[in-house]
Amino acid sequence: MSRATTQSVAEIKARNKQLIDEVLKVYPEKTAKRRAKHLSVHEAGRSDCGVKSNIKSIPGVMTIRGCAYAGSKGVVWGPIKDMIHISHGPVGCGQYSWGSRRNYYVGTTGIDTFVTLQFTSDFQEKDIVFGGDKKVTKLIDELQELFPLNRGITIQSECPIGLIGDDIEAVSREKSKEYGGKTIVPVRCEGFRGVSQSLGHHIANDAVRDWIFDKSAPEASSKFEPTPYDVAIIGDYNIGGDAWSSRILLEEMGLRVIAQWSGDGSLAELEATPKAKLNILHCYRSMNYISRHMEEKFGIPWCEYNFFGPSKIAESLRKIASFFDDKIKEGAERVIAKYQPLVDAVTAKYLPRLEGKTVMLFVGGLRPRHVIGAYEDLGMDVVGTGYEFGHNDDYQRTAQHYVKDGTLIYDDVTGYEFERFVEKIRPDLVGSGIKEKYVFQKMGVPFRQMHSWDYSGPYHGYDGFAIFARDMDMAINSPIWGKTTAPWKDAPRPSLMAAE
Amino acid sequence: MTQNAEHILDHSELFRGDEYQQMLANKKALFENPHDPAEVDRIREWSKTPEYREKNFAREALTVNPAKACQPLGAVFAALGFERTLPFVHGSQGCVAYYRSHLSRHFKEPTSCVSSSMTEDAAVFGGLNNLTDGLANSYNMYKPKMIAVATTCMAEVIGDDLNAFIKTSKEKGSVPADYDVPFAHTPAFVGSHVTGYDNTLKGILEHFWDGKAGTAPKLQRKANNTINFIGGFDGYTVGNMREIKRIFELMGIGYTILADNSDVFDTPTDGEFRMYDGGTTLKDAANAVHAKATISMQQYCTEKTLAFVKGHDQEVVAFNHPLGVGATDDFLMTLSRITNKAIPNALERERGRLVDAMADSSAHVHGKKFAVYGDPDLCYGLAAFLLELGAEPTHVLSTNGGKAWQQKMQALFASSPFGKNCRAFPGKDLWHMRSLLFTEPVDFLIGNTYGKYLERDTGTPLIRIGFPIFDRHHHHRYPVWGYQGSMNVLVKILDKIFDEIDRKTSSVGKTDYSFDIIR
Ligand code: SF4
Ligand code: SF4
Repeated sequence: MSRATTQSVAEIKARNKQLIDEVLKVYPEKTAKRRAKHLSVHEAGRSDCGVKSNIKSIPGVMTIRGCAYAGSKGVVWGPIKDMIHISHGPVGCGQYSWGSRRNYYVGTTGIDTFVTLQFTSDFQEKDIVFGGDKKVTKLIDELQELFPLNRGITIQSECPIGLIGDDIEAVSREKSKEYGGKTIVPVRCEGFRGVSQSLGHHIANDAVRDWIFDKSAPEASSKFEPTPYDVAIIGDYNIGGDAWSSRILLEEMGLRVIAQWSGDGSLAELEATPKAKLNILHCYRSMNYISRHMEEKFGIPWCEYNFFGPSKIAESLRKIASFFDDKIKEGAERVIAKYQPLVDAVTAKYLPRLEGKTVMLFVGGLRPRHVIGAYEDLGMDVVGTGYEFGHNDDYQRTAQHYVKDGTLIYDDVTGYEFERFVEKIRPDLVGSGIKEKYVFQKMGVPFRQMHSWDYSGPYHGYDGFAIFARDMDMAINSPIWGKTTAPWKDAPRPSLMAAE
Repeated sequence: MTQNAEHILDHSELFRGDEYQQMLANKKALFENPHDPAEVDRIREWSKTPEYREKNFAREALTVNPAKACQPLGAVFAALGFERTLPFVHGSQGCVAYYRSHLSRHFKEPTSCVSSSMTEDAAVFGGLNNLTDGLANSYNMYKPKMIAVATTCMAEVIGDDLNAFIKTSKEKGSVPADYDVPFAHTPAFVGSHVTGYDNTLKGILEHFWDGKAGTAPKLQRKANNTINFIGGFDGYTVGNMREIKRIFELMGIGYTILADNSDVFDTPTDGEFRMYDGGTTLKDAANAVHAKATISMQQYCTEKTLAFVKGHDQEVVAFNHPLGVGATDDFLMTLSRITNKAIPNALERERGRLVDAMADSSAHVHGKKFAVYGDPDLCYGLAAFLLELGAEPTHVLSTNGGKAWQQKMQALFASSPFGKNCRAFPGKDLWHMRSLLFTEPVDFLIGNTYGKYLERDTGTPLIRIGFPIFDRHHHHRYPVWGYQGSMNVLVKILDKIFDEIDRKTSSVGKTDYSFDIIR
């Protein structure tokens, strides 16, 4: 429902509070108490959003969250294209995450590049009973034989590994030695660890630290001469090409991107990152750990940025440039100016069609806040948001830089809550994941997947903004939403009319 | 700059622009430590050789691109086929996020399912509290009529006992004592999604027929004249179930479809989200014990279920995803024999139309070689149909097929002159298939969406039949069973055959011939 039905902030707050009270009624008492801490109405001026986060999901409520394996294999490691990532355990986890995340890359798939292959140890009962170390040892030999151009191997643990007492670290060390110091990385990202994908990110970051940084010199595989303008893109998974439409801007302003973490990334890029002068961090949630580590260990500063929508892009380009000399500062201005006509044209075309429309979001690591600016650039209003696996520092950033007074906040939302909230608020658009998409479309509410960009993208950078604007328009203004009710549904029944 | 507000470029075009291509080339040359292109070519060519195939087939530990999923996926699929039933998977929560996504990506529909969200402490102390709280929450929030419990591999490894846990959790008041909570253990390290389907369906029938885990008297079978029908794990469930009902109705057969998820995976967009829709009623599930016989369309999805049903004195018959004239004849004649109902003229005419279509088009299929992969029953059904068309199902591969399946396939091949050079590959994956396609090429490949990687690598055109189909829309709405369903499959195969001829003859000034208007 557009701003046409203007409500005062006080009214919105009262409605949202009432909504929260209403949804909590469905729960058994104990659960209601726990869920109450995750639901809130944002008060301007507060330093956070007033919710608890990064806490165990409650059984049986239909959480949207995934697991640590998804955070490690699915998010952080999976996109590293010249390494082979073994889904170690039964077949399922690797199968469901096979190719579904759209981490774009270029390479000869199956020969020197492996992102869209599903490698698994496909555990059988005997592997559970006798342990899987022997199997993965042999598996590595087979990989070496059949995929000789792989640059390294990671072992992504699924649930059983940590429960049956396997020692994948020992296997990794042994095989690495056998293959002349080959990079083999054991990752303890069993799905039962932690409360969501989030711990998987952390574990994956630590594995880079322990098994790549600590084992190789930055010069190992990258022979390039450092320049004062070398940066690394951290926390961009190149979904639909996001990292590429970001990289092009950085290069146009005069910086040199020496590594992408991890979309379209390679082992050589990971290894070379300590040579960067600045790490620029997009998804804070999934890669702040390694950024902090590089700051401590190698003295590399890091800065967060946001490449969604022209306002935040310009702000970010200037922020990044502020770490460098005038040449780069001028470069940033030049880039902003260069793309201004595109921004103007996109805005002129889409803002009139989108102005005043309302949006509710529920996504993963950075998007529940990062995309708000892009919507605002199009005259839209985000009226509700929440994180699947955010921590308090995410909610702080959200409160301090992004959301408006009165925004409904829902952490680790349950299926039931989200449905009720949307039903009552009736936003013009919901942005969330594949599991939510069809629920809301059935309700007649336009929807965009904000993990996979609904198979579109990129959404980062200026080139991405044009696609973003078009996609939101396409969703909201699709003629199909005028057809969800059969025309005879509310019309008087002919028989009654005849009786009159 | 490449992007343009008037004509906004998608990723498929945007990145092919010069600026991006240059950028990517620089990235590769400077920072990626790439292999020498000659070496990449050499390995690529080597990977196509018989020598590589031999090493590839010698694999013992490594699986690459399997064509199977894990048990709980099948459990969720089966449970969703019952009236207002909420699938509840006991174990860690990430798996449930995966099952829901996987099914939704195929059907383009919501998939409702909950998890008991077990974490590290549950790994140590067991998941009883998770199950108890979870049942109570689900019951209150989503008002299901039944909660069907399965397990992830975590719960299996630590050895949680569902029967005992459900009992205890009911005692603790999670759900009413007489509330239906059927269950099945579905370890992911045994079998595949078809096994999970089987275990869950059996669990549900056992619950209703055999005294609800000791809380009610066992049902006494009073044989009647109806039959039970089981579809098995089936990506075409929406189209197939409706086709089957139509056939039953044409024949005047009294029937119960067990695990009928055709409505819940096909709800309308009319302003209302239906978390539950359609499905086998719990009453019908219970009364199914009285049926005369139970028919399964997919033997390998229902081995345990049928054994259980047989133990209740019903006749059981299993098909292997019947497709084509002969297999559908068999199916209908079996129905007719069991129910004493004649096969009506309407179906006979449909049969005649299928034969008509096959006669019209067989010249284009005859003698063509196919590679087929998928679930064991689907593979069998497709291979039989291809043989009927005079085609050769040269390589038939099923990652979740076993020895018995292999023998059955080989017997099928032996039954037809077109099967002479055909071979079944149980337990193999799509990387094996890649070697097969390079070393013993075929004309077409039939399989699910992942087959597109094989199509790209080997140039074998892919006909999408199977599960999952993620990259094409709405195929699941069309049946692939019965004479009409077989017709749909025939048209799919023919379309690809004709498209290929056009594709190969479409360069002007070179192949103006053969680019025909009439075929
Ligand atoms: S952890 Fe086990 S049950 Fe879960 S998706 Fe993976 S294989 Fe399947
Ligand atoms: S927010 Fe995005 S980049 Fe970060 S973990 Fe989620 S999907 Fe990934």
